[in-house]
Amino acid sequence: MNEFIERNVRLSWHAAKRSYEVVIVGGGGHGLATAYYLATRHGITDVAVLERKYIGAGNTGRNTTVIRANYGIPEAVRFYQRSLDLYASLEEETGRGITHRQKGLLWLAHSETGIRAERARAELNTAFGAGTEYVGPDEIKKICPQLDMAGGGVWPILGASYHPGGATARHDRVVWTYAEGAMQRGVHIHQRTAVTGLIMDGDRVTGVETAAGPISAGAVVSAVGGHVTALASMAGLRLPIRTHPLQAFVTNRYGLGFDPIVSSSNLLFYASQTAKGEMLLGAEIDRQPSYSYRSGHHFLQSCGHRAMTLLPFLRNLRVLRQWTGVCDMSPDYSPVMGKTGVGGFYITTGWGTWGFKAIPVGGEQMAELIATGETPDLIAPFSLDRFARDRTMADRGSAGTH
Amino acid sequence: MSFHIPCPNCGARAIEEFVYGEIVVVPDSITDPDERNLDRAFIHGNPEGPTSERWFHAMGCQRWLTLRRDTRDEQIILTAR
Repeated sequence: MNEFIERNVRLSWHAAKRSYEVVIVGGGGHGLATAYYLATRHGITDVAVLERKYIGAGNTGRNTTVIRANYGIPEAVRFYQRSLDLYASLEEETGRGITHRQKGLLWLAHSETGIRAERARAELNTAFGAGTEYVGPDEIKKICPQLDMAGGGVWPILGASYHPGGATARHDRVVWTYAEGAMQRGVHIHQRTAVTGLIMDGDRVTGVETAAGPISAGAVVSAVGGHVTALASMAGLRLPIRTHPLQAFVTNRYGLGFDPIVSSSNLLFYASQTAKGEMLLGAEIDRQPSYSYRSGHHFLQSCGHRAMTLLPFLRNLRVLRQWTGVCDMSPDYSPVMGKTGVGGFYITTGWGTWGFKAIPVGGEQMAELIATGETPDLIAPFSLDRFARDRTMADRGSAGTH
Repeated sequence: MSFHIPCPNCGARAIEEFVYGEIVVVPDSITDPDERNLDRAFIHGNPEGPTSERWFHAMGCQRWLTLRRDTRDEQIILTAR
């Protein structure tokens, strides 16, 4: 965070206390939103958020900012629709701009199988309140005139599901909005404070170790992205998480305007336009687990090629920059959140490639869980013990890319 | 991330030619058979540092190789057939 932002976002820094009611590890979107909703919805302000680097340094500042609720299982549709609604009202609630833009999202089908999948998605979304409809080629052309309907002769566009609620927002502004809102109500945020260990009392977590000394807490929440396996192992937990890199890139400015978010399961890419006019493209995770933030040329080559098949105008643009984030992938492509079986220790992880869009609802529901001690219905299906109970929330088809 | 894997049969080739294969290790400390099955199916060590894994050279010699790789910086430490 630079000086300009420090002046314009009303953040107030405090020395760390020795003890808090709630300590949240990880100052990304989920950690800050949890603190914000604890303070605003439940009046719990004796909260500290501990961040290893600076707030939003991890995946919250590295994602591709897509907000949508058109998932493939009822539990996920309900959950993400709540997030979509919270995002839509966040600017009004906080008085801060997050550049929230409702754009509509087209999910393209290139085959009979694809058409069936998108029809099924539209039906399921409608049934559970996410408002998705199936559209044919004529309507697709109206929504996104830039698409090559012949798909370069290889991937013809036969239909699509259209999710009008699909939106984008500026990710760093989301971070600052939640941080500011939490801080104004008395929450402490400590940057450059890495958690080096968990303090255990029997089989209960009672605090965290940091370089600046121990901090005791009534409840410890892991909102860590990327290094959650290491943190959880300090509490004796083994997680169903593998960390994979995911790359994205932006082009220079596209002057003509590109309204919707377009994605294709077959070609494994998605595209949208940023507020600055850059075309933002992303794809699937790298296959090998890794914590490396290094980007590669092969990704640009393959993702660029696939995107140009459907959006030929991209040929005239240049790659401006690319970056990499690391995604905590769960085996069923759904988040892992709630109680852990270890007293005083809560977890919100498995945010894979769908973390940004879930920031408001993830924070709201975790805050409710911590404040009341009861797991809210909305996140009960995503508990850590679902794997042992053989109740996985398999949704790879709609969570795999963005 | 893109990097090269020194295939014992073909020499250094881009990672995109290979298919990743995990080596599943269930710790000996887990003794209950149900717990072991659960661990084998879902749980990952997710190591941050040097780790052993299998790669299949799909676009090359069609053989499996064993690789030791550092997950922090993608450094390849050694390969074996």
